[in-house]
Amino acid sequence: MKSYYVKRFFSMLVTLWVIITITFFLMHFTPGSPFNDERTTNEAIQKNLEEQYHLDKPLIVQYGMYLKQIATFDFGISIKKSSQTVNEMIGRGFPVSFELGMVALIVAVISGITLGVVASLKHNGVIDYLAMTIAVIGISIPNFVLATMLIQQFAVHWKILPTATWSSWRHMILPTIALATSPTAIIARLTRTSMLEVLTQDYIKTAKAKGLSSFKIIVKHALRNALLPVVTLLGALAASILTGTFVIEKIFAIPGMGKYFVDSINNRDYPVIMGTTIFYSTILIFMLFLVDLAYGILDPRIKLQKKEG
Amino acid sequence: MGLRQETFYEKKEKIALDEWFVPIEKKQGEAEAVVRPSLSYWQEAWRNLWKNKLAMIALFFLTLLIIMSIIGPIISPHSISEQKLINQNQPPSSEYWFGTDSLGRDVFARTWYGARISLFVGVTAAVIDFLIGVAYGGLSGYKGGKVDHIMMRIVEVLYGLPYLLIVILMSVVMGPGLASIIIALSITGWVGMARIVRGQVLQIKNYEFILASKTFGAKSYRIIRKNLLPNTMGPIIVQMTLTVPSAIFAEAFLSFLGLGIQAPLTSWGVMADEGLSAILTGHWWRLFFPTLFISLTMFAFNVLGDGLQDALDPKLRGGK
Repeated sequence: MKSYYVKRFFSMLVTLWVIITITFFLMHFTPGSPFNDERTTNEAIQKNLEEQYHLDKPLIVQYGMYLKQIATFDFGISIKKSSQTVNEMIGRGFPVSFELGMVALIVAVISGITLGVVASLKHNGVIDYLAMTIAVIGISIPNFVLATMLIQQFAVHWKILPTATWSSWRHMILPTIALATSPTAIIARLTRTSMLEVLTQDYIKTAKAKGLSSFKIIVKHALRNALLPVVTLLGALAASILTGTFVIEKIFAIPGMGKYFVDSINNRDYPVIMGTTIFYSTILIFMLFLVDLAYGILDPRIKLQKKEG
Repeated sequence: MGLRQETFYEKKEKIALDEWFVPIEKKQGEAEAVVRPSLSYWQEAWRNLWKNKLAMIALFFLTLLIIMSIIGPIISPHSISEQKLINQNQPPSSEYWFGTDSLGRDVFARTWYGARISLFVGVTAAVIDFLIGVAYGGLSGYKGGKVDHIMMRIVEVLYGLPYLLIVILMSVVMGPGLASIIIALSITGWVGMARIVRGQVLQIKNYEFILASKTFGAKSYRIIRKNLLPNTMGPIIVQMTLTVPSAIFAEAFLSFLGLGIQAPLTSWGVMADEGLSAILTGHWWRLFFPTLFISLTMFAFNVLGDGLQDALDPKLRGGK
């Protein structure tokens, strides 16, 4: 068992290295350079700038230097905003993004599981169709459209919630709804499918035969097993919320990491693109790893299979 | 109690009763005959899907959408890039059925043209995922052992790549456009399909009918093509149905970041992005129509995928 997680840890590192490499080379093959903007700079200045950021050296050398640099967790200095290091940007933006993401994740998990369970208990009934319709609508509307419509209705039309920014809890409501809707729908659908499968199992019949209350059957026997696939999904869900934050932060003018990321792409700000991509990837890969760990702990059958295999 | 007493009482007349139970005359052959016509896997799946009204409506809608994406731009009196600045932001009317946008272009024609591009992106991404994923996953699962181990390590690394980050990076590098979106979506997209196919193949390859096939001397290629793949088709089809909308969505997301389809082409994502500002000025139709069709298409594909999952999964079939 331990050797499995050690292996898993190393494959995590390999994935990270692949990401760093891909991002690095893709970045440098991108047409356009960070110093190519409207303001024409003197050729000598251009040369000096390139020298300062080591852009004049061969790509392989730059790559080696970059690897050495990030081994010490130093992501360099932004090219566009030269007064800031990428670490500072992440340090400032990440707590905000993290807060937004976590709140949305919690909201999504609670409401998604509730919807899914209710739907599965009334399989093919009116409530099932209703819950799944809500769920599918949640998946169907692009989050940037949903966010805009929410602002239009709640902030502009009814004027009951603030339009943008991130300061009090009232500011958090609209972005959270916009961000949590699609993960809620994903969780609800998966919970439903998985509950339907579990409910046909023999141990549920046994529990019924023993005369347990249906509440106990659902919560203790069915849901506990049905949630395993949902746990595996948490990794993908984190990814969906993460990319969701790019859009939501841009629309609601929230000073999180997503805004830096999107801006850096448009500005070709290499160090920032690299830094944020690697940071995001690390979080995601780490989440997948945690999910794997959790899965092994939650489902004893997995352990057994791994040992045999 | 009363019932038991009665039977006990009747025991005395058992001899007489026995005469009542004369075995009926055996009719050879008839007993073995199957009364109901036997249904193949696909027939039964289709019958189950047919019963699912919502899924059939979705299927109908998608058929209609495909037809409209072909003939829509043709039947519209205006072309997609015809700009009449005098007719800016016209509400829907008999002249412009879905109104016009800020450049005086016909939203009706653009909506159906956008359908063409969006569906093309979605379907192409799904087909590429299918081709690579099935070949890779099938081989990995069938070969097993070391080959499987190495192939799956590669998949594991690719699976860890954050999908949309790579898509964004690829779009930035290759420049925005139709081809780069499809390539970007396919680079990481096939991994999910490969995992599903491999899992299925691993499970099925130990079944007796595969062994029987092998005993008859079937080659690997034949076993994969004739025995393994048809039996993994269910989950594969469901996965494909769900890939199409997620690709359409990813395209919309890229459009929002300004990395989507470029003019004069258009897609629903581009139209929705352009329409965002219109909602505040009251030109609702510019956002409404593209969003409506993105949502309906997503809805239809998801419902159809759910329906197919229920219909194709033997464990859920024949349920309530």
